[in-house]
Amino acid sequence: MRARTRRLYTFAIAALLVIAAVVLAFFALRENANLFYTPEILAEKGYPAEGREVKVGGWVEPGSLAYSDGGATMQFTVIDNSPATITVRFTGVAPDLFREGQGVVANGSFGPDGTFTARQLLAKHDENYQPRELKPLEAGG
Amino acid sequence: MIEFGHFAAFLVLALSLAQGVLGLRGERRLAGHIAIAAFGLMSLSFLTLINAFVTSDFSVALVANNSHTLKPMAYKIAGAWGNHEGSMALWCLVTIGFGAAAAALMRTGRDVFEARALGIQGLLATGALAYLLFASSPYLRLDPAPFQGAGLNPLLQDPALAIHPPMLYLGYVGYSFVFALAAAGLMEGRIDRVWAKEARIWSLAAFVPLTLGIALGSYWAYYELGWGGWWFWDPVENASLMPWLIGAALLHSVVVTEKREGFAAWTALLAVLAFLFSILGAFLVRSGVLTSVHAFAVDPERGTLLLMGLLVYGSFALGLFALRAPKLEGGKAWTLVSREGALMANNVVLIVAALTVLLGTLFPLIAEAFGRTVSVGEPYFNLTFVPILALILILLPIVQAWAWGKADVKGWLRWAGGGAALVLAFVLLGIGPLDIPVGAAFGLAVGVWLVFGAAWELKRRAITPGRVFKLPRRVWSMTLAHIGVGLFVIGAVVETTGRYEATLALPQGGTGEVAGWVLTLDEVRAIEGPNWYADRAVLTARKGGQRAILEPMKRFYPAAMMPTTETAIHKTGTGDLYAALGEARDVDGETRWVFRVYFNPMVDLLYLGVVLIGLGGLLGLWPSSRQVKPAEA
Repeated sequence: MRARTRRLYTFAIAALLVIAAVVLAFFALRENANLFYTPEILAEKGYPAEGREVKVGGWVEPGSLAYSDGGATMQFTVIDNSPATITVRFTGVAPDLFREGQGVVANGSFGPDGTFTARQLLAKHDENYQPRELKPLEAGG
Repeated sequence: MIEFGHFAAFLVLALSLAQGVLGLRGERRLAGHIAIAAFGLMSLSFLTLINAFVTSDFSVALVANNSHTLKPMAYKIAGAWGNHEGSMALWCLVTIGFGAAAAALMRTGRDVFEARALGIQGLLATGALAYLLFASSPYLRLDPAPFQGAGLNPLLQDPALAIHPPMLYLGYVGYSFVFALAAAGLMEGRIDRVWAKEARIWSLAAFVPLTLGIALGSYWAYYELGWGGWWFWDPVENASLMPWLIGAALLHSVVVTEKREGFAAWTALLAVLAFLFSILGAFLVRSGVLTSVHAFAVDPERGTLLLMGLLVYGSFALGLFALRAPKLEGGKAWTLVSREGALMANNVVLIVAALTVLLGTLFPLIAEAFGRTVSVGEPYFNLTFVPILALILILLPIVQAWAWGKADVKGWLRWAGGGAALVLAFVLLGIGPLDIPVGAAFGLAVGVWLVFGAAWELKRRAITPGRVFKLPRRVWSMTLAHIGVGLFVIGAVVETTGRYEATLALPQGGTGEVAGWVLTLDEVRAIEGPNWYADRAVLTARKGGQRAILEPMKRFYPAAMMPTTETAIHKTGTGDLYAALGEARDVDGETRWVFRVYFNPMVDLLYLGVVLIGLGGLLGLWPSSRQVKPAEA
C-alpha cells in the first residue's frame, strides 16, 4: 500500500473511532453527569426525574438523625441557608466524620415521596473539610 | 542538619542548570558527570530531610506539621514524602536520579544525542528544583519550635501507602527522561531504531513502577476506606490512569519504531505526552480545582505554578514536534492487515480511552464554567472507557499473530470464529443457568479469550513445546503482560458483578448474613496502639464447616483528631469476606454496632493480573544476553 493511501486509511479509522467515542461520551455525560442539589436549588428548580442519579449536599440538621430497620438505616434532614429541607435516607455505615451539624454530600436518587435515598455518603476525611459546593452556614440559619 | 540539605539543594539547582547548558551544547561526558554528582548531593539533601523526621526535629516546619514523636518509625520515614513539600523533594530526587542512571547506562554511541537528552533532563530538574526551593520548600525552620508535631494524616499511616508515593513517582517522573529522549531525538531529527531501543528501555522503567504504584494505591483504597471497592473513578485515580494508558500505548508503538522504523513521529509524540499527562495529573491533584475524596495538600497558588510548568514544557516539546515531525522518515511499508496495523489500532484505542477519562475528569470543571455543578462517576466510565477498551481486547488474540508488513491472514477467520463461539457460549451460559448480566458474561468471555490467546501465541511462536523457554525474554514479557490483562479483566468483572454487600446493625451476640456467611458479633473491645486507640469488634463468621474470626476496628488518632476505619479481610479462597466497623447506634435503648460487610469474589485475581503486567514489564527490562530468533522475525 502506498504511504498516502495508508495514511488515509489510518486517518479514517482513527477519525471514525474518535467520532464514535465523542458520541458515546456525549450521551454518557448527558445521562450520567450528576447534577448537584442543595435544598435551596431543589426548591427553586423542582425535583429531578425519579430514580435519576444526582448529588445532594448541605448540613445535617441537629436533632434530625433517626434510625430504622433495626439500626441499619439512618434518616436525617439536610438544610442550608434557605427554609427548604431534604430528607435523606441511607443504609450503611456513616462516614467517619459524619456528625449532626456537619456538612455532608450524598450520591443517590429521589423517591416518589420526595425522600432522597443515598447510595453513598461523603464527609471528607478532614476535620476542616467543607464540601466545596457549599457556602458556609450562616449563624442561626 | 536541615540547613545542609537546603544548601545542597541549591547546589543541585546550579548543577542541574549546568547539566542543562553543557548537555545541550553536546558535552556528553561532562554533563554525565554532573548528573551523577547532582544525584549524590540530592540524595544527601533528601537524607537530611528524612533525618529530621526520624529524630522528630520539630524546629523544621514540615516535621512539626506532619510528624509526631509517638508515630512508629516506619511512618516517621514515610512521613518525609507523605506531604506536599516532601513529595516534591522526592519528585526532584527521582528526576535527578533518572538523569544520573541514564548518564551511567546509555550506550547508543551517539554522544551529541545523549548529551542533549541529559541536558533536557537537567533543565527539567532545574524547573522542579526551582519549584521546590521557591514555592514549596521543605527545608524551612520554625521559630519557636513546638514541643510536639501535628502528626501524619492517619489514613496515610499504612504500609501500602508508605511505598505508594515513591512507586508512583518513579513512574510519573520516569517519563521525564522519556520526554528528554524524545526532545533530543527531535532536535537531531533522528527518531530511528537506535533511538527507539533506548526509549523502550526507559519507557518500561517508568511503566513498571507506575503500574505497581497504581495497584498499591488501589489496594490501599480497597482495605483502608472501607467502601469495599477497588476503583472509584476519583480524579486522583484518573490522574494516574491517564499517563498509564499513554505509557501503555507508547510501549506498543515504540516497538514499531525499533523493529521497522515506523510510527516515528507518533512515538515521539506519545513520549512527550506521557510526561505532560504526568504533570497534568500533579496539577489536578495538587491545585484543588477538582473535588476528590482523597486529595491532600491542596493549594491553588502551587496549582498555577504547575500549570505554568505544564504550558512551558508542553509548548517547547510540541513546538519542537511540529517543527521536526514532518521531516522524520516513514519506515518500512505496511498494509492495514499487519502487525503495524494492529499496533496502530491498539494505540488509537488506548489514546481514545485516555481521552474519555480526561473528558470525564475535566467535565465538572467545564460545567462549572457554565454555572452548573455536576459530578461524573462510574456510570459514565462504564459506558465509554470500558466498551472502547473492550474493542481492542477482543481483537488482541487474533491480531497478535499478524506479521510485520503484510500479514498472511489465512487462519484468522478460524480464530475469529473460535472467539465468537466462546463469547456466545459465555453469554448463553450467563443469561441461562448462571443468571448473570449479559455485559458480565461478555466481559468474562473476553478475559478467558485473552488468557487463552496469550498462551496460544506463546505456543505458536515456539513451534515445538520444547522451545517455549528458549523464546526471547521480550516474547515472555508480552505474554505475561497479556495474561495479566486477561486475569485482571476476569477479576474485575467477577468482583464488580458478583459482589455481595449488606449493612448489619448488631447488638452483642446478634447475628447477620451475607453471601451465605453468618456473622455473630461476639464483643466490641477498646484497645490501644502506639499513637491511637480503637474500638475493635470480634465477629465470628461461619459458612458450612468454615469458620473465620474478623476483627474490624475503628481507630482514633488523638494527635490528628481523626478517626480511621481498619477493615478486616478474610481470604476464603474464592474471594474476600470483608467487614468494616461503623459507629455505635442507640436503637430503642439498645446499643447496636453497625457493620458494612462485603463478599468480594476473586479480588485477588484482579491484583494478580496487575502484578503480572508489572512482572511482564520487568522481564522486558532485563537485558537479554542472547537473541533467539522468534518463529517469524
